[in-house]
Amino acid sequence: MASFNLKVNGKSHQVDVEDDTPLLWVLRDHLGLVGTKFSCGIAQCGACTVHLNGNPTFSCVTPISSVGNSEVTTIEGLSENGDHPVQKAWEEVDVAQCGYCQGGQIMQAVAFLKQNPNPSMEEIDNAMNRNICRCGTYHKIREAVAEAAKNM
Amino acid sequence: MKTVKRESRRDFLKAAGLTAGGLFIGFNWSSCDSPKVEVLSTEQVLANAKNFNAYLSIAPSGDVVIYSPNPELGQNIKTSFPMVVAEELDADWSKVRVLQANLDTEKYDRQLTGGSGAMPHSWERLRKAGATAKYVLVAAAAKAWNVPAEEISVENGIISHKGSGKSGHFGEFVGEAAQMETPEEVTLKDKKDFKIIGTPVKNVDAREIYTGKPLFGLDFYREGMKHAMVQRAPFGMKIKSVEDGAARAVAGVTDVVTFGNSVAVVGDSTWPLLKAKKLLRVEYEPDGTVESTADHDRIFQDLIANGKAEVRREDGNVKSAFANAAKVVSAEYQCPFLAHSPMEPENFFAHVQGDRCELIGPTQTPDRARQTAAQILGIPAENLTVEITRLGGGFGRRLRADFVEEAVHISKAINAPVKLTWSREDELTGGAYRPAVRYRFEAALDESGTMIGYKLRGVGMNAGNSTRENNFPSGAVDNLLIENINYDSSITTNAWRAPITNFLAYAEQSFLDEVALEAGKDPVAFRLELLDRAKNNPVGRLGYDVDRMIGVVKTAAEKSNWGKNSNVKQGFSVYFSHRSYVAQVADIEMEGGSPVLKKITAVTDCGMVVNPTGANHQVRGGIVDGMGHAMYTNLTFENGVPKQRNYDLYRLIRMKEVPEIETHFVDSGYDPTGLGEPALPPTGGAIANAIFAATGRRLRSQPFIEQKEFSDVKLEIRRS
Repeated sequence: MASFNLKVNGKSHQVDVEDDTPLLWVLRDHLGLVGTKFSCGIAQCGACTVHLNGNPTFSCVTPISSVGNSEVTTIEGLSENGDHPVQKAWEEVDVAQCGYCQGGQIMQAVAFLKQNPNPSMEEIDNAMNRNICRCGTYHKIREAVAEAAKNM
Repeated sequence: MKTVKRESRRDFLKAAGLTAGGLFIGFNWSSCDSPKVEVLSTEQVLANAKNFNAYLSIAPSGDVVIYSPNPELGQNIKTSFPMVVAEELDADWSKVRVLQANLDTEKYDRQLTGGSGAMPHSWERLRKAGATAKYVLVAAAAKAWNVPAEEISVENGIISHKGSGKSGHFGEFVGEAAQMETPEEVTLKDKKDFKIIGTPVKNVDAREIYTGKPLFGLDFYREGMKHAMVQRAPFGMKIKSVEDGAARAVAGVTDVVTFGNSVAVVGDSTWPLLKAKKLLRVEYEPDGTVESTADHDRIFQDLIANGKAEVRREDGNVKSAFANAAKVVSAEYQCPFLAHSPMEPENFFAHVQGDRCELIGPTQTPDRARQTAAQILGIPAENLTVEITRLGGGFGRRLRADFVEEAVHISKAINAPVKLTWSREDELTGGAYRPAVRYRFEAALDESGTMIGYKLRGVGMNAGNSTRENNFPSGAVDNLLIENINYDSSITTNAWRAPITNFLAYAEQSFLDEVALEAGKDPVAFRLELLDRAKNNPVGRLGYDVDRMIGVVKTAAEKSNWGKNSNVKQGFSVYFSHRSYVAQVADIEMEGGSPVLKKITAVTDCGMVVNPTGANHQVRGGIVDGMGHAMYTNLTFENGVPKQRNYDLYRLIRMKEVPEIETHFVDSGYDPTGLGEPALPPTGGAIANAIFAATGRRLRSQPFIEQKEFSDVKLEIRRS
């Protein structure tokens, strides 16, 4: 058991956990930030995507001991009122079916658009290929990323 | 271990004001053109609201609360059900707040999600719920204004009387109206007057989903609860011994509980349990048959050839038709097992306290959850409550209550509230799969290429019936024999989105394509010829509406430009399931010697479309689901254990593999029918038929990319 100081969504937190504990479980079980989802646990599906210093990261395979001073951003901290252009685009396009993967999809899209504000459809497909949607909302995800790109 | 204290989900919902249709947290009505109204929390609204019926409460403020009883797993029922109630009520949708109802068998009938049956079952009920409430609101206004009720009109939550110039919102009349007797019969609106139904109303949970609020079962938290994970026995095995010392030694693990053939690790958070589970040393011994995929293949082939079959349907004289045939076509088709694999793994919260039990979580069948728990605990069902969370997908997996059973056993054993979580490995190895199945088809053609005989023999697994004997082409062939053989497997199986038809449709539609080509006929013309026969001179019972099927076939041929572009190789498929008709055309183009699937055109007759956005979602989602599993996904067994235990080997379709999908809906004038499943069954057949058209290679097994026919050629899906 060790003590870790974390910066999550602009706030400092202290947690006492084993140093191999994935960031995903620290967020969900210890900080109550359950918007970051558990699905595969082996970095295959992207439901657990968060940002470490703005970079999209699979939190399910990121040990807490490796986070250090990085700024962690989760879906809860993406915007004050849920009005980040990507969130708004998701709402406008009405992307979700079950909705479980969508937080991870949004985090992936935000990080991608920051790096590539004017993507081609092919670039959107490549970036979003990291995240699985079992309901098959891929057409809507693509549309929403393109829509968000217009408004960022 | 330090755990930061946090709000329970219940408290969160209180603070956030629950879900509001078209009304978001922090949204201020006074910024709109509507009259200045104070923004009330849903708790405040509910505190003063009057109940009109099981679906509807209205507050003096004019806020309308609509309860949606059926579990929401992405089929959009939590949006579309309230739309129907609000339509007949003539409510202002921006003042509608939607709440998920808990299990209540007194108030609600068929409170489950399965069989694409919710909308057809509840359509009338929901309309009446809205219409009867409107009736008494109008009656109350008529009384207050002393005018005839017939002269009153209602629009957008406003009741008005033209003659006197009087008007007021619903809230002004709820006190009086809620006391009034509701009529037994009530006039429902003419469909042409619908203002909400048929419009693309947005998902009522959108804002919560996109801001990461705790909506799902796995997000549930209660102060003081324990976490648990379970190690299950391989199929056909039982526990011989359990060595749990190393698991118990993991920091954060508080208990290890054995029940039946399961071992549960219990603790204060999830990660220690994931580690502890790997340290359990459980020895198993055979307890029945321990099966592998190689055994299944051998058993299927043997049963198809020599098994004793149950005759499901027999028309005419099949023997003589085949004896006299000019040509006989036959083929066998087989599919693998599949897991449901919802993105949210199975989970449930249970709190057993003496003779009472509280259940909270994602279930497609809340009443089954309750009955199952009641039986385990030996207590009356009334002593249990079930709160339904949003479901992170279901696909049939959450029709079962095995995860509820586990949570109940654990809570009882440790005498504490517990949240059970399955890992992805648990989900893929935990059973209740889409079973493997094998079909043999035979068709007899006469000199003119007319199908005079048709035989289908299915070998199913743990299922009463692996066929759908009254479906097309039954009724269109003089001599027909449909047979079923069952094989009892120790591997547990269950309904999987579009049970049976998720594979039967592919096999049948691919085989009919084989027959059409052998008969020298165009696949669409061949189907229309059969349908014409079924329409004008049906043989025996018809399990489908011929005109509706013809309607989607013709529309799909037209919309897809069937056969008009020689560079595009097309495959056709049509299927009726869950009361809806869907025809699909797959377009393949050859690129560098490889067939590339570019587009699917889908034409659906599901009666009236309640929500076009939701309908498009279900059709495209069903197609992506059917396509992904047909192309890529396989679940094989070795000694009772699946080899594919996570998404690294259990391959699901991804963004880059999805082609263009064009959807059309036929307006047939019927009431809404099912849509959660019907778009899936035709997809595999359309793709396989297009692949044949493009390459001359016939695929009779799934997943396509693993078949020997494509060991030397790449098979791809991508957009232009």
